[in-house]
Amino acid sequence: MTSQTLTIGKALNLGLRRAMEDDAKVVLMGEDIGRLGGVFRITDGLQKDFGEDRVVDTPLAEAGILGTAVGLAMRGYRPVCEIQFDGFVFPAYNQIVTQVAKIHARSRGKLPMPIVIRIPFGGGIGAVEHHSESPEAYFAHTPGLKVVAVSNPVDAYWGIQQAIAHPDPIVFLEPKRRYWEKAEVDPDATPGPLFASRVVRGGDDVSVLAYGPMVKTALQAAEAAAEEGRSLEVVDLRTVSPLDLDPVFESVRRTGRCVVVHEAPVTLGLGAEIAARVTEECFFSLEAPVLRVGGYDIPYPPSKLEEEYLPDLDRVLDAVDRAMGF
Amino acid sequence: MSLSSVTTEVVDPVPGAQAPHLPQQPDLVQLLTPEGERVEHPEYSVDLDDQQLRDLYRDLVLVRRWDVEATALQRQGELGIWASLLGQEAAQIGAGRALAPGDTAFPTYREHGVAWTRGVDPLHVMSLFRGVDNGGWDPVATGFNLYTVVIGAQCLHATGYAMGLQRDGAEAAVLAFFGDGATSQGEVNEAMIWAASFSAPVVFFCQNNQYAISVPLERQSRVPLYRRAAGFGFPGVRVDGNDVLAVLAVTKAALAAAREGQGPTFVEAFTYRMGAHTTSDDPTRYRLASELEEWKLRDPIARVKAYLARSGRAGSDFFAAVEAEADELAARIRRGTVEMPDPPGTAMFDQAYAEQTPPLAAQQAQFEAYQASFEEGGE
Repeated sequence: MTSQTLTIGKALNLGLRRAMEDDAKVVLMGEDIGRLGGVFRITDGLQKDFGEDRVVDTPLAEAGILGTAVGLAMRGYRPVCEIQFDGFVFPAYNQIVTQVAKIHARSRGKLPMPIVIRIPFGGGIGAVEHHSESPEAYFAHTPGLKVVAVSNPVDAYWGIQQAIAHPDPIVFLEPKRRYWEKAEVDPDATPGPLFASRVVRGGDDVSVLAYGPMVKTALQAAEAAAEEGRSLEVVDLRTVSPLDLDPVFESVRRTGRCVVVHEAPVTLGLGAEIAARVTEECFFSLEAPVLRVGGYDIPYPPSKLEEEYLPDLDRVLDAVDRAMGF
Repeated sequence: MSLSSVTTEVVDPVPGAQAPHLPQQPDLVQLLTPEGERVEHPEYSVDLDDQQLRDLYRDLVLVRRWDVEATALQRQGELGIWASLLGQEAAQIGAGRALAPGDTAFPTYREHGVAWTRGVDPLHVMSLFRGVDNGGWDPVATGFNLYTVVIGAQCLHATGYAMGLQRDGAEAAVLAFFGDGATSQGEVNEAMIWAASFSAPVVFFCQNNQYAISVPLERQSRVPLYRRAAGFGFPGVRVDGNDVLAVLAVTKAALAAAREGQGPTFVEAFTYRMGAHTTSDDPTRYRLASELEEWKLRDPIARVKAYLARSGRAGSDFFAAVEAEADELAARIRRGTVEMPDPPGTAMFDQAYAEQTPPLAAQQAQFEAYQASFEEGGE
């Protein structure tokens, strides 16, 4: 295969296809994922090629999707569950938190739960209520789960395959408003590890941390800051649980300043945990407190207000200014 | 069906001869009356030789003895809690013995009798209630899943597992256990929708023991539970849950149908929780003693003993031998429970994930160093 320019959506589609070719136990489950190919067309064409037993159009019940996935996993299958939108994961929350996350420990390792829960997450698409949420902290707070968030087509292509091959349950967050972002993907390349953060732009003044859809925002902010003579280092966290913070610590020890960006509400969000850890590890290097840029502590607003709600380039730069002001 | 004909059927918490003020229930499958009289049913039958009948009796007596010992051990502080199966022995032994070796059961947290039929060591159940682990048996080797405490969650697991059996082309079935309270859970209803839509080889086995802790059946359902099945599009059967022969016959038939590709069946085993919900519960706060007395007349073990004795299939030697075996079992359970060591502290870390994460490994190292500081420190 040769390199091709892919959107995140198409990269996920090809990654799923390759995972299904590699392992006959991979079963896709979700609402409208078969004949329709999913509301975002991420599973487009897969049911036609792999059949209805491997790409399952499920009844409309999210707890049912996750609960039956548990049983399939007990039988040796590797279910990949699509939750249609972030806000619809909550009917399945019981199964995810009380069962999927705990069965490996409950069974002392006799029942692995290699389940991938794909969730298109985040806002910015002008949607109605429940279609724009960022529920990652709920899952990152749950021992037994792992949580990753991709930001680009290359990570989407490899990440979904790595997540499916992994023995632990993984909440796989897809930045829905970036589904159409493009990049070159080389299917013959050797991917890096799944649970690793990565410096995606070097800089000296402030370390800006982001994941999922906010990586692009952080990079845009870094571009704008550069024009004003400020050098931002941008880290794509990639894995939300476990956090891979060694590259972050290394970065913050150099810059002395750290800004964490996510769409989720700031209170008890990932930024809070990261701020605590950075403070523990980089206390004597910090020139400013770790600052957070995130959603406000309110229900996700109607779409006419989401531009004010969501962190954008200017709010990131505002936080950078404040960090530099100390 | 007119509306009035729907509303005439009353949910009867104590049906049958002892409750003449309530309608009789001709839909209750029964093969052995409370008096120990063998009766025939037009649709269900069992063909058991004398040894098999005696074995069922032995099962019933042994699991009740285990249950009594466990309750005593909890009272003596050796268990954190115990969920008694008292009164539900026939429902559990009948269902458990209906399983074929390749079948799989998904229990709640009260199916000690089913565990027994799957060859689970009672001590592996005791360890859960002692707080040593979450169940010590191998769910794969025994075909008996670990106990699920969240009400009804296991019904979806059972259905998913059955969908896996379908994909594997396995000639096996799944038995999902739940109670009357669980029928109100969304997940149980979702499991039935799934099972119906995919014609999954799963049998939904509801032990209607009349109470969800303190709340009686009337709060869960305005129709007899087995009739819910019609709404999902598969058969529902109500069986006398205190009649081990009837439970065995009905469950066997349902499992066979599932294995043959006929999809799910809802079995309502009509029984009674003769003890408390758990050792933390006090049923005198919510039900009358007279109700319990009525159900004692339908005891699941007494009727088998009466039948075996009266028909000459077993004599006093046999009954004495079973009692002696039960006492030995109880002694083994007591000894094994009391001597059960606490797990090492690190056990809570090492199976949280199949691949432990670096942050968790760091926490574990921190924990171990902290623990070690007490051993070395002197003070």
